[in-house]
Amino acid sequence: MTSLYWLPELADWRERLRGLGKNGAPAWGEAVALANSRLDFIRTNALDQTVAAALGGTPPKELATKPIRLALLGSSTMAHLHAAIRVAGLRRGLWIEIYENDYGQYWQELTDQSSALYEFQPTTVLLALDAYHLSAGLGTGLGTTDADHLFGEANGRIRECWRLAREAFRCPVIHQTPLPVHPAVLGNNEHRLPGSRRAFIGRLNRELRSMADEDGVDMLAVDARAAADGLKAWHDPALWHRAKQEISPAAAPMYGELIARLLAAKQGRSSKCLVLDLDNTLWGGVIGDDGLAGLVLGQGSALGEAFVAFQDYARELSRRGVILAVCSKNDEANALEPFEQHPEMVLKRNDVASFVANWSDKASNIRAVAEELNIGLDSLVFVDDNPFERSLVRRELPMVAVPEVGDDPATFAQTIADAGYFEGVAVTEEDRVRTEQYQGNRQREQLKASVTDLGSYLRSLEMQLTWRRFDKLGLQRTVQLINKTNQFNLTTRRYSEEDVVAVMDDPSAFGLQLRLVDRFGDNGIIAIVIGKMQSDDDLLIDTWLMSCRVLGRQVEPTTLNLVADAAKRLGARRLLGEYLPTKKNGMVKDHYTKLGFAVLERGDDGRSLSALDLTTFVPASTFIEVKQA
Amino acid sequence: MSSMAEADIYAALSEIFRDVFLRDDLQLRPELSAKDVQSWDSFKQIDIILAVEEKYGIKFNTRELDSLHNVGDLVRVIAGKTGTG
Repeated sequence: MTSLYWLPELADWRERLRGLGKNGAPAWGEAVALANSRLDFIRTNALDQTVAAALGGTPPKELATKPIRLALLGSSTMAHLHAAIRVAGLRRGLWIEIYENDYGQYWQELTDQSSALYEFQPTTVLLALDAYHLSAGLGTGLGTTDADHLFGEANGRIRECWRLAREAFRCPVIHQTPLPVHPAVLGNNEHRLPGSRRAFIGRLNRELRSMADEDGVDMLAVDARAAADGLKAWHDPALWHRAKQEISPAAAPMYGELIARLLAAKQGRSSKCLVLDLDNTLWGGVIGDDGLAGLVLGQGSALGEAFVAFQDYARELSRRGVILAVCSKNDEANALEPFEQHPEMVLKRNDVASFVANWSDKASNIRAVAEELNIGLDSLVFVDDNPFERSLVRRELPMVAVPEVGDDPATFAQTIADAGYFEGVAVTEEDRVRTEQYQGNRQREQLKASVTDLGSYLRSLEMQLTWRRFDKLGLQRTVQLINKTNQFNLTTRRYSEEDVVAVMDDPSAFGLQLRLVDRFGDNGIIAIVIGKMQSDDDLLIDTWLMSCRVLGRQVEPTTLNLVADAAKRLGARRLLGEYLPTKKNGMVKDHYTKLGFAVLERGDDGRSLSALDLTTFVPASTFIEVKQA
Repeated sequence: MSSMAEADIYAALSEIFRDVFLRDDLQLRPELSAKDVQSWDSFKQIDIILAVEEKYGIKFNTRELDSLHNVGDLVRVIAGKTGTG
């Protein structure tokens, strides 16, 4: 199924589309809202065309993200996919500009620095070579040696494309897997026919994964989608013959989704937290009425097993870094009882980072969850079997994702997976222990409540800050933090792996990664600073970001001490700190003045540049012990 | 084909054309073809066909697609395939 079935239908869709941008109505927010409804390919195209007319093709002022310049380098026709890619970006508040190579010319354009591709200067490159193109020369007459030779050639060409794109544009590369479009000629044991095109593409798609991992390329796995949805939903041979479309236009909205998810994930804009209702979402029945013994959960009934399977999926998500929360209309004691006492519960109280059960409305409680976890409302996904609660939350909190999960627990997990909210490109050690970190936070809060003054609280935490220069080992986490940290981020500059490696290699710059450990556990890498010498005397703090989890723990002044040391080692006499305002980083607008910097310049848009004289700087003393790793 | 069935098909096609071309004023008539409507190119043609296929749960074959020259042709093929002809 390629339809976006988890998104709600809008009854007045056509009227709202016609009204978009008319009479001075704010176009961007409304466009995002329309994009978050159940669009088929016709409506997707209609929205794209209307948005282009309303916004005149330029990114709106309120755009919270960096516009993306996406180059589609393909061997088949992709023009019918542009609208769906842009609209799927719009759904996530991303602005995507698209370039597509002249038909069949991807190689020529990649190797010609005067091509329109180079002029476009993409910030992401998507390579999409179709199965017909890749298997050229193959045939059942070929023996193993010849087939292997062609296989090596195809792999080599793909890798060369990746390398060229990387070197030319220093940007992320995404590779779309070819769809297995060729009919079988042998059958079940197709793989025994060395020259079979179908077998060749299957083999290539397996090989692509490991090649891409070696080369740091991300997969756009349409082959996996086609395996789940049926090839017919994705590829129409009649349209291939007519228009050389590898991807059927009917599948375009889903194709756009898959791309936009990756782009959002790379910007750190995937959802972070799954907020779960309890009654008839995690178990059958109502705990307050039916009691522990009356719940339908576990072996013995199809429904009970379906709830167990859904809980298991939620736990799987949490083990790769998705935070779990509970939002339920219940007395708290009742709501907790199954977690503590029901033997069939897969989820335990400790799997849930934020547990809110009371009789307030769900929108207020979801706000409370976001506040407790210190994450944005737009990073929450709320799952509730009750359509009334879903529509209430959608109305009150339009930035919260609320999938149309229906009322059958057997389909909940697949719906959440199909919606792709939690798309990730890598799983770091931090992701794996995230829930434990939130548990640690709860214990810290309890301690804070039990001691009387801040000083004794901070002392009793027994904090240790370990710092390291950027290194290969921490590269993934560094890039992840740089691209996903929105609030405590002075400049919100987003960097790719290549950029971070460039900092490591630059003798006039430094990159610091800081880890905070305390008596309740390891908080992981919680801050990143990049400094660059600007002149003989000045070191510019290009990037300073920190996880909000460790706010109010004196990490900032302790970090400044380290930055000052590193800067002096490069010969700096002055630190320059920049603040570039975004929609989300208002909390750090006075960061530098709080640390004793003097403001040099202040712009009308809120940006500022501040300076600290290192020759007179006295390091602050804090309750944090500093160690070099 | 009965005029009722034909009217139904025209009504359904009008909806599809409205969404494909974003025009509420388009009057469908049998002779209307790609040369009469700005932006009715081969991509839009495919969009229309796929939307019709989805709407009626039918699939056009390659010969049928090649035989479509105007709205009248499209209505005839739909009627034939849905048994309303």
